[in-house]
Amino acid sequence: MKKIICAAILIIGFLSNSKAQIKKKDIVAKTPTNQLAKGKILYAKHCVVCHQADGGGVMGLNPPLIKTDYVLGDQKRLINIILKGLDKEIEIDGETYANPMPGLSHLSDQEVADVLSYIRNNFGNKASIISPAQVKVIRASKTK
Amino acid sequence: MRKKTIIPLFIACLVIVGISFSFMNKHKNDVTPFKPDADNAGLKLPVGFGANKVADNLGKARHIVITKDGSIYIKLMKVVDGKGILFLQDKDKDGKYEVQTAFCNYGGTGVTIKNGYLYASSDKEVFRYKLDENEQVIDPANPEKIITGLLARRQHQTKSILLDNEDNIYVNIGAPTNSCQENDRGLESKGKVGCPILDSAGGIWQFKANKLNQSYADGLRYATGIRNVMGLDWNTQNNTLYVMQHGRDNLNSSWPKLFNTKQSAEIPAEAMYMIKKGDNAGWPYVYYDTYQHKNILAPEYGGDGKKEGSKEFINPIVAFPAHMAPNALLFYTGNMFPERYKQGAFVAFHGSWNRAPEKQAGYFVAFVPFKDGKPAGEWEVFADGFSGLNEVMAPREALHRPCGLAQGPDGSLYVTDDVKGTVYRIGYNINK
Ligand code: HEC
Repeated sequence: MKKIICAAILIIGFLSNSKAQIKKKDIVAKTPTNQLAKGKILYAKHCVVCHQADGGGVMGLNPPLIKTDYVLGDQKRLINIILKGLDKEIEIDGETYANPMPGLSHLSDQEVADVLSYIRNNFGNKASIISPAQVKVIRASKTK
Repeated sequence: MRKKTIIPLFIACLVIVGISFSFMNKHKNDVTPFKPDADNAGLKLPVGFGANKVADNLGKARHIVITKDGSIYIKLMKVVDGKGILFLQDKDKDGKYEVQTAFCNYGGTGVTIKNGYLYASSDKEVFRYKLDENEQVIDPANPEKIITGLLARRQHQTKSILLDNEDNIYVNIGAPTNSCQENDRGLESKGKVGCPILDSAGGIWQFKANKLNQSYADGLRYATGIRNVMGLDWNTQNNTLYVMQHGRDNLNSSWPKLFNTKQSAEIPAEAMYMIKKGDNAGWPYVYYDTYQHKNILAPEYGGDGKKEGSKEFINPIVAFPAHMAPNALLFYTGNMFPERYKQGAFVAFHGSWNRAPEKQAGYFVAFVPFKDGKPAGEWEVFADGFSGLNEVMAPREALHRPCGLAQGPDGSLYVTDDVKGTVYRIGYNINK
């Protein structure tokens, strides 16, 4: 009995360890630069039409992504803007924007993390990387 | 001896007459003769034309109207120091106009003059101000509210206004969505069945110019199926309304399986419509395809980029390239420009955003020759160079964006810009 328990513990230990190793490898493969490179492609595909190549947005219609509170601040709010969209009057440097942003929940957790990490480190922005795990938690939670 | 007294008497009489004349007309202004800036205000114009900047840094200068003595009213999108209409004159005739007074406590786009009144719009209401014989507002603080309760959500909220010669006023009520989708601008989101917003928006409404406090119940939906209009004008040759529609956006970002980014940048046309009472231009069910030259069924309503739309919808009379954002339309009736410009249409294109990642387009004033209310030739770029760049990749780069048009009493053409609040005056000068 003891032997069986010992073996089980060993096996579990081995399994979880190997899982951890895979995870570690994953993280190594997704260094921020890689994430940012992927984010750049995703930005060109899903955001550029509205927020523009320079992240400067469009006067009166689509807001800029340059050093805004939304981009640099509360990460949960930022992730939710991508997942659920935004359609209420927000003010950035005294300007308001008429268009709505549609939710882009068809993007995967990894894609949302990549594109947000990209905008948080581009257009003059400097902020932490966002992980897919963060996106996953917020996607699963019902509260906004 | 006699002669000596008669002459001073005569002079005294002249002085008295002169003083009383100037007193009677103390508000009267004389039109500043047109004189181009050395660099034509940075604009590229056809040979023989010139331009100068008559004012600068006014705020978000939208539509503009010139009085018969050459004074200027400008509507600001956003109030500056609490005021939304500027009145400008050039008293010293140096070519630069100065703000004389500012009034009205609302932002907006529309401003026009007709039959002794100045009409101006907020995003929900239309007001009018009685004018004196010099077309100056008599009581700026107490306008009459003639239209109220118009739909103004976040998108396409601005109201442009126009009067015909029978005391009717026309107001555009822009649809507050891109294409009436369940989820506006969303991925593959279907159009709402029987697009309900068309009851109160997405068209041109007609009201009485001289009746107070009218709303939807008092007005007539003159034309429908028009997504959003900013430029509209009355053609006096055939007594007909013409409008410039802002065409739909996001064909690629909403329907990536049907349209690539290049197609999305180039479709649909920015359409000029000749509008008769009861017309339907088909938004959101169709869009006018730049290449196929017909109304195509919108993807939100089962379209695939090829299926034709219903024949009940009218076709444009001029189709311009996509997304250039026509913010003003003016039929030229002046005598200053050469003959071919007479009765033709000027269109101020604010400039695109929905073409990214392709380079942007517009940011110029276009011209279409007209005869008897019908286009009499291809459209052409008339005034370019507002952006200050050879090409605009992102709208923020543009230094100026054309927004409003007006004709002066001498036939010169005024253009507003809502980035820096610059006002341009374009004139024709054969000696140049
Ligand atoms: C269809 C146009 C459109 C697309 C596509 C779009 N956005 Fe937006 N976005 C908007 C608009 C409009 C707003 C402002 C909405 C409001 O005012 O309610 C906005 C707001 C935002 C904000 C918060 C305000 C700010 O400027 O900081 C962020 C961050 C943002 N978008 C990021 C993105 C990212 C990242 C993508 C691509 C994954 C994207 N958007 C795609 C139109 C769009």
